[in-house]
Amino acid sequence: MTEITHYSQVWAHRTPRKRLFMWLGWLALVALFVWCWQVMTENTIWAFVADAPRQAADIGGRMMPPRLSYLPELMVPLWDTINIATLGTLGGVIMAVPVAFMAARNTTPSQHILRPIALFIIVASRSINSLIWALLLVAIIGPGILAGIVAIALRSIGFVGKLLYEAIEETDARQIEAVQATGASPAQVVSYGIVPQVMPAFWGISVFRWDINIRESTILGLVGAGGIGLKLQASLNVLAWPQVTMILILILGTVVLSEWVSARVRHAII
Amino acid sequence: MLHLKGLGKTYKTGDVALSDVTLEVPKGQIMGLIGPSGAGKSTLIRCINRLVEPTAGAVMLGDVDLASLGKRELRRQRRRIGMIFQEYALVERLTVMENVLSGRLGYVPFWRSFLRRYPPQDIQNAYRLLDRVGLMEHADKRADALSGGQRQRVGIARALAQEPELLLVDEPTASLDPKTSRQIMRLLTEICAERGLPAIVNIHDVPLAQQFMQRIVGLRAGRVVFDGPPEDLTEAALTEIYGAEDWHAMRAGDAEQAEAEAEARARMEALA
Repeated sequence: MTEITHYSQVWAHRTPRKRLFMWLGWLALVALFVWCWQVMTENTIWAFVADAPRQAADIGGRMMPPRLSYLPELMVPLWDTINIATLGTLGGVIMAVPVAFMAARNTTPSQHILRPIALFIIVASRSINSLIWALLLVAIIGPGILAGIVAIALRSIGFVGKLLYEAIEETDARQIEAVQATGASPAQVVSYGIVPQVMPAFWGISVFRWDINIRESTILGLVGAGGIGLKLQASLNVLAWPQVTMILILILGTVVLSEWVSARVRHAII
Repeated sequence: MLHLKGLGKTYKTGDVALSDVTLEVPKGQIMGLIGPSGAGKSTLIRCINRLVEPTAGAVMLGDVDLASLGKRELRRQRRRIGMIFQEYALVERLTVMENVLSGRLGYVPFWRSFLRRYPPQDIQNAYRLLDRVGLMEHADKRADALSGGQRQRVGIARALAQEPELLLVDEPTASLDPKTSRQIMRLLTEICAERGLPAIVNIHDVPLAQQFMQRIVGLRAGRVVFDGPPEDLTEAALTEIYGAEDWHAMRAGDAEQAEAEAEARARMEALA
């Protein structure tokens, strides 16, 4: 016990110094916003902006009603799109699993050589958008579904690899230790100590990525990598707005459906 | 059976966790290891099966020096040592049966463990052990569906599935309530007696240690400061291990707690 008899009624969450810095920080943020606004509006032609509602109404009018008779023609490209997403995800996941085990600190066979390589693969895959991958691959392996599948797969390695290696690093070390204590071999330690722990994460990540890939694969056709995007581009080129509307509605429906499936699957396993 | 000779562990940071621990555990003896937090109890038992690498001394299990083995041979020798953990350390998402069978991992090839196709005698033995620890009807439940006491019994069955010659037990009751703790300790001591198994039990509940252990070793700052039967664990000895504390008051407190528990139980029974 100390000798204090009068306890202070004043208590501050932050020191005055910290408060000053907070205010300066906010001020800088506002200044940045004002400056950005100026840069943004510098080249704007205000006549066009003023005209925007009328233009929007014009295009909107030409897009309506959607051309329902176009629907049968879209079914095959839609099927292609779903296949691109599914096969691409499958390929990406298959390639991502070994990369994730090499990248995770607690499972990597070599901290100084393989781990940096695996991390580089993950970063490289993630830093390039699927559309860019598709552009490159159309040039390399020619236009068509295969280019789309490979593009989606390459893009998925990074996403799945990163989330999976984080899940591997977050496993409970005590469970792994207990498996090691039985005299299990390294492969058995992975299969009994680590795999059961990361399984829910693995399925969750894969289905989530599949869901994202459905969305990404709808635009791959724009660069010639097959699927419904091809039809979208063709319709845009000939200014067939009712067909564009039909395609957008179909894409929306597919994405909603895939989100629902992915939510259900994740709910079932977690 | 187990003979530690001058065992030492100094961490890379320079912290000395164990120094010059020399102990002999004969066949069939249950030895309690007590000491304050950070005294090196956990490090000591982990140095025996080398989940922690000792930096000095020898660990003789029979004629084999575990401290000097290569990786492959160490794995073979680990099969002889069953380990039971503080927070059970079961693989939570596997079933009870898979957890018990995982005690056989050191004996079966990878494909058998991967496909869960264990030899029939292993499966029979696993069922026998589950029956022994009273979990026969829970065999196909997932480990995370069980209560704490049940999980620890799965942990015991897993360790026994190895057909070990020595049991290492790390704070088996630290996450359990007093009643379950006593049940688990009773089960452990019974099983050790049945099989003539020697065991080293880390435990920080002194009354529990005195009740169940045949021999108690006190560890303080990585050194053995007490070694004797539970009766010799006087207040002077406890002070030597834990530092000054009013032991008499603590024991009185234990008695009070036991009384309160008994009273609560009586009330519950009256309600039921």
